[in-house]
Amino acid sequence: MIDQENKENIGSLYRDVWDQFKKHKGALFGGVVFLTIIIAVILGPFLWPFEANAIDIRSRNQGPSFIHPFGTDQLGRDTLARMLAGGRTSIAVGLCAMVLTIFLGTFIGVTAGFYKRLDGPLMRLTDLFLSLPLLPLLLVMMLLFREPLSSAYGPERGMFILIVFAIGITSWMPTARIVRADVLALKEREFVLAAIASGSSNSLVVRRHILPNVLSAILVSATLAIANGIITESALSFLGLGFPPDFPTWGRLLNDAVDYLQQYPERVFWPGLLISLTVLSVSYLGDGLRDALDPRMRKR
Amino acid sequence: MITFILRRLLIAIPTLVVISLVVFLLLNLAPNDPMAQVPLTVPPEVKQKMREALGLGQPIHVQFLKWLIQFFWIEPQVFIDYLFNTTFSEGKQRIISWQTRSPVMDIVVQRLPQTLWVVGMSYVVGILIALPIGLYSAYKQYSIFDNVGTFVSMIGYSVPPFFSGVFVIVIFSVQLGWLPSIYDTTHSVVDWETFKFQIKQMIMPVMVLALQTTAQINRFMRSASLDNLNQDYVRTARAKGLTEWTILTVHVLRNSMIPVVTVIAINVPYIFGGALITEQVFKVNGIGHQLIGAIYANDLPTVQTITFMFAFLIVSFNLIADIIYGLLDPRIRYD
Repeated sequence: MIDQENKENIGSLYRDVWDQFKKHKGALFGGVVFLTIIIAVILGPFLWPFEANAIDIRSRNQGPSFIHPFGTDQLGRDTLARMLAGGRTSIAVGLCAMVLTIFLGTFIGVTAGFYKRLDGPLMRLTDLFLSLPLLPLLLVMMLLFREPLSSAYGPERGMFILIVFAIGITSWMPTARIVRADVLALKEREFVLAAIASGSSNSLVVRRHILPNVLSAILVSATLAIANGIITESALSFLGLGFPPDFPTWGRLLNDAVDYLQQYPERVFWPGLLISLTVLSVSYLGDGLRDALDPRMRKR
Repeated sequence: MITFILRRLLIAIPTLVVISLVVFLLLNLAPNDPMAQVPLTVPPEVKQKMREALGLGQPIHVQFLKWLIQFFWIEPQVFIDYLFNTTFSEGKQRIISWQTRSPVMDIVVQRLPQTLWVVGMSYVVGILIALPIGLYSAYKQYSIFDNVGTFVSMIGYSVPPFFSGVFVIVIFSVQLGWLPSIYDTTHSVVDWETFKFQIKQMIMPVMVLALQTTAQINRFMRSASLDNLNQDYVRTARAKGLTEWTILTVHVLRNSMIPVVTVIAINVPYIFGGALITEQVFKVNGIGHQLIGAIYANDLPTVQTITFMFAFLIVSFNLIADIIYGLLDPRIRYD
C-alpha cells in the first residue's frame, strides 16, 4: 500500500520536473541537439560508406561535393566520416571523464559532509586542488605518462585512459564542494535524524536518504563536467598532447586543419563548430535542469 | 584586520609548500628519463656523471630542498642584484634550463612582457565591457538585451579559444587580410605607423581572451546587481526621488562591485591558463609558449619553474581576493 503510494509520488515528481524542463526552451533545444549529436556519432560510422582512416590520395583536398559533403583532407580522407569518428572519441572522453568526476566529487563531498572528522582534511585537500595550475599540470601529465600507458594498453586505449583519468582527477572539486554543502544542510533535517535515531547504518542513511536528495545538484554538475571534459580533451589534442595524430578527435581535426589555414580555411570550421555546439547544448541542458530541479526557481 | 590578513598568510604558506611538493614529485617520480636522447654509444659511467651534473644523482628530498632554495632564496637575490647593482647572488647556482643552458628566470623575464601586454590588456578590456552589460542586464531583467547578453555569455563559455582564435584568423587575416595572424614580438613602437601596427596585431588575441573574461564577469555582475536591486535601500533611494542613473551608478554599482572585485582578482591566474592556448594560436612569444616548448623538449627545470609560478599566482591572488573582500565588506572579517 505504502509502496504503491510512493511509486505514484515518484512518478509525479519526475513528471513535475519534466513539465518544468519543457518550459525552458533553451534547455529543451540543448537536450535535443545533444541527443542528436550522440545518436549521429554512434550510428553515423555504421551508415556512412567512407572509413575515417581510408586514404584515397587521388581525391585529396576536395571541396564539398555530393559524394563528400564536407570535402576531403590532404590524404583524401572523407571529412564527414572523420567528423563522426572524432565525435565518438570526443564525446566518449567527455562522458567517461564526467562519470569519474562525479564519482570522485560525490564520494568526497558526501564523506566530508557526513563525517565531521573528515570534513577539515578533505576540504583542505579540495582547496589545495583548486590552487593547482590545472592546465599546465594536465599538459605535464600527458607528457610524462603517455609512453608507459601507450606501451601497456596500446596507443589509443592508453591515451584514452590517461586523458579520462587526468580530466577526472583535476575537475572533481566544484562537485565536491556543492555536494558537501547540500549534505551538511540535509544532515540536520528531521528525516535524516529520524533515520539515524531508528538505528539505520551510516551507509543506509547515505544511500537511502542523502544521495537521492543531492541528486539534482549532482545532475547539474554532471552537465558541466561533460562540457568541461570535451573542451579539455580538445584543448589537449589541439596543443598536440592528446591522441596520436592518425586518431581523429574534434580537437585533433581542428589542430590538423590549422596547418592548412591559408589554403583551405573552411576546414577549421566543422570541428570547431561541433565542439562549440556540443558544449553550448550541454550548458543549456544544465541550465534547464537546474531550473527544473530546484523548487525555489518554480515561482518565477 | 591585521590578524585577518596574518591568518590568511599563514594558510597560504603551507599551501604553497604542498603545491611545490606536488609539482616537484609529479615531475620527478614520473617514469621518464632525461638521458633518453643520449646516444647508446655513450658509456654508462659517463651517463652517470651527466646525471649528476644535472643534479639527478641525489636523493629526492635533497633535490626538492635545493630547488626550493634556488627558487625562493637565490632567484630573489639575483633580482635584487639586478635592481640595485649588488652582488648577493655571485657564484650561486641558479635554476638552469636543460634546453638552453641558461637560467630559466632570464628567459621568463624575456617572455613575460608579451604575455602581460596581451593578457593584461584583454583582462582590462573584458572587464570594461562586462561591467556595464551586467549592470544593465540586471536592471532590465528578462528583456531582449538581457537575453542577448545571456546568449553571448553562453557563447563565450562554450566556444573554446582555440576555435574562436582560429575563426577570427580565418575571417580577418585569411579572407579579409586586414590583420596579421602572427604576433610579431620583435616589433618595437617608435612612431605612429608602428603604433598602428602594434594595435592591429594585438586586436585579435586581446579580443579572443576578452570574450572569455566578459562571459564570466558579466554573469557575476548581473547576479550581484540583481541581489542589490531588490534591497530596501534601493527603494529608499527611489523614494527620496533620486534619478535612476544615480541609483544605478552610486548605490547599486558600488555595492555589486564587492563580490565582483573578488571574482576579478581570483580569475587573474586562470586567464594566464587561457593565454597558454591563445598564445599558441597567435604564436605570441610569451610565457605559455615557453612552457609548451619546454614540455615538448622534456626540459624539466623550466616546466617546474613556470608551473610553480602559475601556482604561486593562484595562491597569491586568492589571498589578495580574500583581503580585498575583507576590506570592502566588514561582515567578512570574522575576527
